[in-house]
Amino acid sequence: MNDGVRVAARHLGMRFSLRGADLVALDDVNLQVRDREFCCIVGPSGCGKSTFIRILAGLERQTAGELHVEVRDPAKPLTAMVFQEQSIFPWMTVEENVGYGLRMRGVHASVRKRVVDHYLEKVGLAHFARAYPHQMSGGMKQRASVARAFATDPEILIMDEPFASVDEQTRALLQEELLRVWESDRKTVVYITHSIDEALVLGDRVIVMSARPGRVKAEIAVTLPRPRSVYDLKSTPEFSELVAKVWEPLRREVLAGYGALGAAS
Amino acid sequence: MTVKVQTARSQRRLGPARMGGVAAERLISVGSPILLLVLWEALGRLGLVDVRFFPPPSAIAGTFAKLIASGELLDQTRISLGRVVIGFLIGAVPGVVLGLVMGMSRIVRAALNPMVGALYPIPKSAILPLLLLIFGIGEPSKYAIVASGVFFLVLLNTIAGVLSIEPVYLDVGRNFGAGRLQAFWTIALPGALPLVFTGIRLAWGIALILIVVGEMFASQSGLGYFINNMYQTFQVEKMYAGLIVMSVIGYVSFLILDELQRWLIPWRGARAV
Repeated sequence: MNDGVRVAARHLGMRFSLRGADLVALDDVNLQVRDREFCCIVGPSGCGKSTFIRILAGLERQTAGELHVEVRDPAKPLTAMVFQEQSIFPWMTVEENVGYGLRMRGVHASVRKRVVDHYLEKVGLAHFARAYPHQMSGGMKQRASVARAFATDPEILIMDEPFASVDEQTRALLQEELLRVWESDRKTVVYITHSIDEALVLGDRVIVMSARPGRVKAEIAVTLPRPRSVYDLKSTPEFSELVAKVWEPLRREVLAGYGALGAAS
Repeated sequence: MTVKVQTARSQRRLGPARMGGVAAERLISVGSPILLLVLWEALGRLGLVDVRFFPPPSAIAGTFAKLIASGELLDQTRISLGRVVIGFLIGAVPGVVLGLVMGMSRIVRAALNPMVGALYPIPKSAILPLLLLIFGIGEPSKYAIVASGVFFLVLLNTIAGVLSIEPVYLDVGRNFGAGRLQAFWTIALPGALPLVFTGIRLAWGIALILIVVGEMFASQSGLGYFINNMYQTFQVEKMYAGLIVMSVIGYVSFLILDELQRWLIPWRGARAV
């Protein structure tokens, strides 16, 4: 494996059979994610980006090709995922939720408490440690979900449109927070989003996927300096240039996606 | 412009009116049963209702006090409560355990669903004769009738509880390295608990009905026997005393269940199911 490459997908393919019909979600996906890279994947709805991430998270198994994940420290979990939907357990307090991965790995309670407190502080939920999720807003639940994933200190952090269901102001805040947390302990991140802005604000590199069947269509290096500020960044000419660069290949895929939908219905 | 003025006024008027409404509601809630008792007493004394069937509340209260003092009613109550609790546990514990297993395993579900589907709709009072044949007239037949009613309600609600758990929670478990047993304790059980508890509440109500049925037809003790016996010997006041005890047991036990639910399912907030 190339030096510094943590995730490598080679000819990765995924077929489902849905009510007898054969559905190709991923077809010949080739991509690499480097060590400590924040890699964003954008693509039209239904392009199989979630499927890719579920394979990476060990929740599905591909039907073709291979996926290599380089293990640097066998003591650490391979991946930890922040899910798109509400995935914080309603029956656990915030601190129990954030400590869940550590508890499943048998980490001692005192160590767990230290790590949990650290990340609760980082995502601004220190005062809500003993609260139950039903007492919190959607944005706060996603913060807890992010803290839960960071707390296990995984080799690869996976995020599947984690801020898709919160309002725009909250999303900007959460992005700022995520950047702050990530910049202080740079993990390798694979981040799925359908928002070009979000991909450019957060990522070191943006991978554009094609409409179904999902393939890698383009890769754009995000050359914007760090640390980044979500609001300031968006008004720079460099940012606008990058938006155009990502939008060009993506536009064709979105249109192709509509075409496919039109043909299907 | 006119609309604006009217809105402000009506809102101001609404505030105090609503406060008064709450107090009035409470007064009515307390007053209406008292009024009913007074009316009942008056009608009885005036000879407008047949006191053989509707003895005046004062007479019932006197009989009730005597029965409590002699210990007779409390003994019968203790016997019935012991039976209903034991029968309930015999039905509920396997109901929860089997329900969790059936909820988690498609194969077990497929294997047992036909039997559950066939046995659940049979009214449990209808199998009392069969239970008497099997268990005899002693205590086990009382446990069995209660347990048979409790088991299915708890079982079906527990299965529904496990099936209602969002798949993403199981994904979280797998992604964060939970084993099968860990997933059971940290996800399946707490995730199913709200519906398990709904089943337990329904089952408790059924248990109280079934113990009375069992005791009426096949027992020489317990509240069901007592009520039936007083009916057959035409001691109507004592029969009413038995009914009062049943009412109190039902009311108090559901208060206890509410409290238990708040303690067991704190993430549900203040709302009871």
